[in-house]
Amino acid sequence: MTDMSYTASQSGSRAGKIALRWTLYLMLGLFALFYLMPLFVMVTTSFKSLDEIRTGDLISLPREVTFEAWRTAWSQACTGIQCEGVRPYFWNSVLIAIPAVLISTLIGALNGYVVAQWRFKGANLFFALMLFGCFIPFQVVLLPMARTLGLMGMAGTIPGLIFVHVIYGLGFTTLFFRNYYVSIPSELTKAAKVDGAGFFRIFWSIFLPLSLPIIVVTVIWQFTQIWNDFLFGVSFSQAGTQPVTVALNNIVNSTTGVKAYNVDMAAAIIAALPTLFVYVVAGKYFVRGLTAGSVKG
Amino acid sequence: MTKWLEEHMPKLVLAPSFIVVLIFVYGFIAWTAWVSLTRSRLLPRYEIDGFIQYDRLFASPRWDTAFTNLFVFGFLFIVIAMILGLILAILLDQNIRTEGAIRTIYLYPMALSMIVTGTAWKWILNPGLGLEATVRGWGFENFTFNWLVDPNMAIYTVVIAAIWQSSGFVMALFLAGLRSVDQEIIKAAQVDGIPTWRVYTAIIIPAMAPIFLSAFIVLSHLAIKSFDLVIALTGGGPGYATDLPATYMYTMAFSRGDIGQAASSAMIMMMVVFTIVVPYLYSELRTKDD
Repeated sequence: MTDMSYTASQSGSRAGKIALRWTLYLMLGLFALFYLMPLFVMVTTSFKSLDEIRTGDLISLPREVTFEAWRTAWSQACTGIQCEGVRPYFWNSVLIAIPAVLISTLIGALNGYVVAQWRFKGANLFFALMLFGCFIPFQVVLLPMARTLGLMGMAGTIPGLIFVHVIYGLGFTTLFFRNYYVSIPSELTKAAKVDGAGFFRIFWSIFLPLSLPIIVVTVIWQFTQIWNDFLFGVSFSQAGTQPVTVALNNIVNSTTGVKAYNVDMAAAIIAALPTLFVYVVAGKYFVRGLTAGSVKG
Repeated sequence: MTKWLEEHMPKLVLAPSFIVVLIFVYGFIAWTAWVSLTRSRLLPRYEIDGFIQYDRLFASPRWDTAFTNLFVFGFLFIVIAMILGLILAILLDQNIRTEGAIRTIYLYPMALSMIVTGTAWKWILNPGLGLEATVRGWGFENFTFNWLVDPNMAIYTVVIAAIWQSSGFVMALFLAGLRSVDQEIIKAAQVDGIPTWRVYTAIIIPAMAPIFLSAFIVLSHLAIKSFDLVIALTGGGPGYATDLPATYMYTMAFSRGDIGQAASSAMIMMMVVFTIVVPYLYSELRTKDD
C-alpha cells in the first residue's frame, strides 16, 4: 500500500495532510456519484407517474410514489404485438440460464480435470483450441449456427438457446476449472490410482470436494453471461421464446402508444435484478471470475 | 474391456467437447470464411467467386462508417477506461476505510446487461426530458446536450455508456496489480524521500505492465463485440451514424438477407480480434509450457 499521507507527514504539515485526505474522499465520492447516478435515475423514474416525468426533472425524487409502472412492466407492457409485460420472458431467461449454467459447468469441470490431471498427448492442443474459442467474435458463427439449429429442428426454441449457450460457454468453464485443478499436486491423482481408484472415483471423491470455490466462480460467471446475453437471444429466438434482454429492448423500442419512460425503467430494473442480486451477495466471487476470465493463469 | 475403458476414459470424456469445438467453432468459422468468398445473397451459395464480397464491403459507405466507428469508439473507450481505472485504483489504494463499499459501487455496472445500461443512458441522454431538460430547468436556458440525436456526436454517447459500464472492472484489475508490487521496494523509495508521484510513475506503474496488457486485451475484445449497447442506446442511428461492425453484420444477416455481406463483415471482425489476441495467447501459452 502506498500512502500519500506518508509523504505529507514527512513534509511536516498536519494541515496539508488533512486537506489531502479530504480531497481524496471528495474525489472518491464524486466518482461514486457518477456510477450511482444512472441507477438512482432508473429507480426514481420507475416510481414516478408519466405526468411527473414530463414536468419534473431527472434527478428529483418522486413527489408521489406509484407502483403502476412496475405493474405494467411486469405484466402488461407491449413487446411488439403482444402485451404481457416482461414476465413470460423473465421465466424464459430462467429456463434458459439454469440448465445451460449447470450443464456447461459440469462439462467444464470434467474437461478441466482431464486437461490438468490426466495429461496425454494432445491435451494441451485441446486446451489451446478451447481457449481460442473464448475469444472469437460470435458474429463469425451466427450464420452457420442459425442454419444448424434449423436442421436440428431447434430453431427459435428454448432448448436451442440452451444448446448454444452450453457450447460457447465451454471454453470459459474449461479454462476456470483447468486453472484451478492445475494447482492441485498430481501426486494426489497418482497415489489414488495406485490405490485402485478409477477416473470418476478420483474426480468424485477427491477433486469435487475441493472445488466449491471454483464452482461458485464458474456458476456466477456463466449465469451473468447467459442472463445478460442479447446477441444469441435476438438471433435464435422467436416470438414467445425470447429472453428478458430481448423483451426489454422490444418494450423500449416499441413504437406503439405513448413513450412510457417509467415502464421502460421498471422493466430494465426487473431485467437487471437477478445479476445485481448475485453481485451483491457474492461480489467477491463475481470479481474473481471477471479477473480469472481475463487474466488467465 | 473395462480395463481398456478405464485407460481411455480421459480421452473419452474430452472427446465430445473436442468434436463440438471442432465443429461449432472451427468448422463454423471455416463455413463463414467460405461463404464470404461466394456470391451468396438470401441463401448461401458455395461456388467460390473471389473477393467480391470484400470489394462490396469496402465500397459501402455504411461499412465505412461502421469500421471507422470501431476505431473511434475502441480507441476512446480503451484509453479513457484505462486512465479512469488507473486513477480510481490509485485513489482507492490510499488506506481508504470504506474501500470495500466504494469498490462495490464502482464495479456494479459490470453485472448489468448492456441492454439495461443502454436503456438507462438512452433515457438520461434524451434531449427532450433527460439531462438537457433538467439542466435547463435549473436556469441554464441555453444548455444543449443532444449528442444522442446528433449524427456527428452520437458515437460518443456509446463511449460514455461503455466507459460507465467497464471502468470499474479496469479499476479492480489495476487495484490487484498495485497490491502485487513488492512493498519493500516502495518503502525503501519512500524512506529515501522520493515523492509519491515519482514512486508511482517510476516504480509501481512500470511493474504493472502485464496488467496493462491484460486490460487492453479485455477492453479491445469488449469493444469489438459491442453490439447490445449500440442496439439499446442508439439502434445504430441516427441513420447509421453509430453502426459498428457487429451491428452491420447483424443487419446484413437478419434484416437485409445479405448473407455474403454478413459473412465477410464477420470475417473482418474475426481478423481484428486475431491480430490482437493471437500474439497474446501465443506468448501466454508458451511461457506456461516453459
